[in-house]
Amino acid sequence: MSQNLAMTVNGRNVTVTVDDPEMPLLYALRNELGLTGPHFGCGLGQCGACTVHLDGEAARSCVTPVASAAGKTIVTLEGLGTPERPHKLQQAFIAEQAVQCGYCANGMIMQSAAFLARTPRPTEAQVKEELVNNICRCGTHPRVVAAVMRAAAQG
Amino acid sequence: MNAINMNRRSWLKASGALVVGFAAGGLPNPAAAWTEKPVAGDQVAAFLAIDQEGKVTVYIGKVDLGTGVRTGFMQIAAEELDVPLSRVRVIEGDTALTPDQGATYGSLSIQVGGVALRAAAATARRELLSRAADRLGVPVAGVGVEDGVVVAPTGRVSYAELVRAGGLELKVDPAAPIKPPNARRIVGREIPRVDIPDKVFGHAGYVHDLKVEGMLHGRPVRPPRMGAVAEAVDEASVAHIPGIVRVVHQGAFVGVVAENEWSAIKAARDLKVRWSAWAGLPDQTKIWEHVRASQVAQVQVTQERGDPAATMTGAARRMSASYDFAIHTHGSMGPSCAVAEFKDGRLTTWSASQATHNLRKQLAMMLAMPVEQVRCIYLEGAGCYGRNGHEDAAADAALLAKAVGRPVRVQWMRADEHGWDPKGPPHLVDLRAGLDAAGNIVGWESEAFIPKGAGGNVDLTAAELSGLPRESLQSPGNIVHNLALPYALPAVKTTCHRLETTPFRPSWIRTPGRMQNTFANESFLDECAAEAKVDPIDYRLRMLPPEETRGREVLERVARLANWQKRPSPQRELAGEWVTGRGVTYCKYELVRTYIAGVAEVSVNRGTGEIRVTRFFCTHDCGQMINPGGVRTQVEGNIIHTLSRTLFEELTYDRGAVTSLDWGSYRVIAFPEVPQITVELIDRPAEAPWGAGEPAAAIVPSAVSNAVFDATGVRMRSVPFLPAKFKAAAQST
Repeated sequence: MSQNLAMTVNGRNVTVTVDDPEMPLLYALRNELGLTGPHFGCGLGQCGACTVHLDGEAARSCVTPVASAAGKTIVTLEGLGTPERPHKLQQAFIAEQAVQCGYCANGMIMQSAAFLARTPRPTEAQVKEELVNNICRCGTHPRVVAAVMRAAAQG
Repeated sequence: MNAINMNRRSWLKASGALVVGFAAGGLPNPAAAWTEKPVAGDQVAAFLAIDQEGKVTVYIGKVDLGTGVRTGFMQIAAEELDVPLSRVRVIEGDTALTPDQGATYGSLSIQVGGVALRAAAATARRELLSRAADRLGVPVAGVGVEDGVVVAPTGRVSYAELVRAGGLELKVDPAAPIKPPNARRIVGREIPRVDIPDKVFGHAGYVHDLKVEGMLHGRPVRPPRMGAVAEAVDEASVAHIPGIVRVVHQGAFVGVVAENEWSAIKAARDLKVRWSAWAGLPDQTKIWEHVRASQVAQVQVTQERGDPAATMTGAARRMSASYDFAIHTHGSMGPSCAVAEFKDGRLTTWSASQATHNLRKQLAMMLAMPVEQVRCIYLEGAGCYGRNGHEDAAADAALLAKAVGRPVRVQWMRADEHGWDPKGPPHLVDLRAGLDAAGNIVGWESEAFIPKGAGGNVDLTAAELSGLPRESLQSPGNIVHNLALPYALPAVKTTCHRLETTPFRPSWIRTPGRMQNTFANESFLDECAAEAKVDPIDYRLRMLPPEETRGREVLERVARLANWQKRPSPQRELAGEWVTGRGVTYCKYELVRTYIAGVAEVSVNRGTGEIRVTRFFCTHDCGQMINPGGVRTQVEGNIIHTLSRTLFEELTYDRGAVTSLDWGSYRVIAFPEVPQITVELIDRPAEAPWGAGEPAAAIVPSAVSNAVFDATGVRMRSVPFLPAKFKAAAQST
């Protein structure tokens, strides 16, 4: 039986209708709300490609049941910043050219944004440790670290 | 409900640079060949269109797999035509719109695809200038171009006006003059990639994001044992799942289709299938015995000079060793995905295939359709480092769409990707060398045991499982390259034993064969240098043919870059738990193009066997660089990706199937393990542009192996360099 779940997504109050409250949040975001910034990478919470902010914390939307997001505030890559009002990390990723295929970039940016919010002046080693569970296959790692440090330096 | 339902047109509109819209009118041409414009590779119009506003569209058969070549193609066209970069757009890999330039592999996108585009643009420029000169009443020598407008003392005329009087229906002239280096303003510059802003704002438009009107969601249900067939499928076991549309079963091909993605995932997970027994894989612990015992289909000698058997017999010292390289998965970040739609008797697929023209033929063969009735369109996917699962997902989607009569989107789950993408095959090389009293190599023999086949099509899994027509090809890529040596040795023979079979469906993964052969050659060469007690860079330099000035330069420059201290390996400070060392490698890619040298620095824990690569230096000469920024990121990516493969990656399997089905069981490099990387690019604007997407990967495994030896005196001859392997090698040293 379907049920309606209310949540705030990128500043909008939305209601998502689902058949199965155990469905991962990722599918509601991508297929119901058209927010394709978060990507399906593993469905196991191992790679980070699906990362969103759930009440300000980085969360793996591929293993977060949609029902557990009811009543919460969700921010996706689209809501973090826009070309008109970019987040400093989005600007930094462009400045450092820290993207190849870009499939992991969502997770790199969302994980780092939540991290910088609580650790505004990290060391490089802290950035690397924070991203230890974010996988990249193209080999953008040094540029991602440089981008996070660049964004952090902007305060 | 706030569902944002985007139909195909609005999606295409939203995807900006990736516009792949159908030609005006929407319906396909009734003509036999399903093309919307000229696509023959010898025609300018196959590569270029200039519209009535002067905007330039590039049509290219090579696709941007996350490497940045789209920006490079734009630079090439903008440069030759003298139009601003912002007025150029690129359409890639659409069988109805782009020329067939072969698969996007082998580091050939710029070297071959870009050079063909450059010739088309240069031909177009010459024609446009000639037309303008006629119109303006001046000789061609008296006109110039400013931002797509031809100017002469007598007046101005835009490209847009010139093409209004007639299109660009002319043959490409490969000899049409290109801009000389000193006249270039766009090519050779580090232009930021055009695709990155969309990717950081979540608007990239990957194939995974495509929605087609009426689209359903499908998932394949793969056999739990690779050769098993589905003896019985219990459709009732998933009938209760909301939105389930169909269970499809043909031989060993099983799939489910549902109205929404989560229902398809649950149905694939819960479907009860009785699979037959199968245990046809070799014992992983005896993989190299299995490889040695495999039937040889062909013996291929790739280099032969002098009589190495004789010179080795008389040599002062004789050396021998075997090197092996594990089976790897591509491990793409995004599991393979495709959408297929049948309409008016025709099939359209959208996928991240690196070879849409080949996929088109394979799908037509599988479905017994005329190839003219199939259109395959490239959309960007997660990074692709060779033929992974994208084509197979397209075949899955096509079979499911045919069964249900509606468009179907298929995205594999992580276990499908790790379990069923084609694999980089096991690669084994035996080497022997003879040294004279001074340590010079007087004879060298190597024998590689590698599967037969080349860079042809890789069979579609859906065709194989369902028993539908396929080519039954084995295509591991051109894996014989770089077994031959780039050095001037008096006697050498390199032989490839091409094996009839290999345990898993093989395909190419970044630097196929070149990486494994370079690992064997450059590590074994290092063994010889150590035996000769000569500095490893000096040893290589004295064996390089005198005419190889570019090879000499990358080696000499990497020595300076890494502050290389001359001495033989291993180093003498063998005290303490952690020891450090450095190793070098040189490669001339396929012995005909890009020159690379690298130095790895490592720390090794002699107790635990843990190997940490702390710094990596690379010098790189790929001739002319279209975009040095693009080359630099490719070199960085090559190094990091290959460090992951060298240190950690190994497919595991039991007798029935792959068991490394996630990122926990197939370990890859993590942020803290990535070393400091220093890259020095050598630009040669007057030379031909060669590839950069693969060559730097070739130097990584042996540079690390040589550094570990330098640090510890222990030789790593088996990739990946796991701690247990170090400890075993240390014990036998």
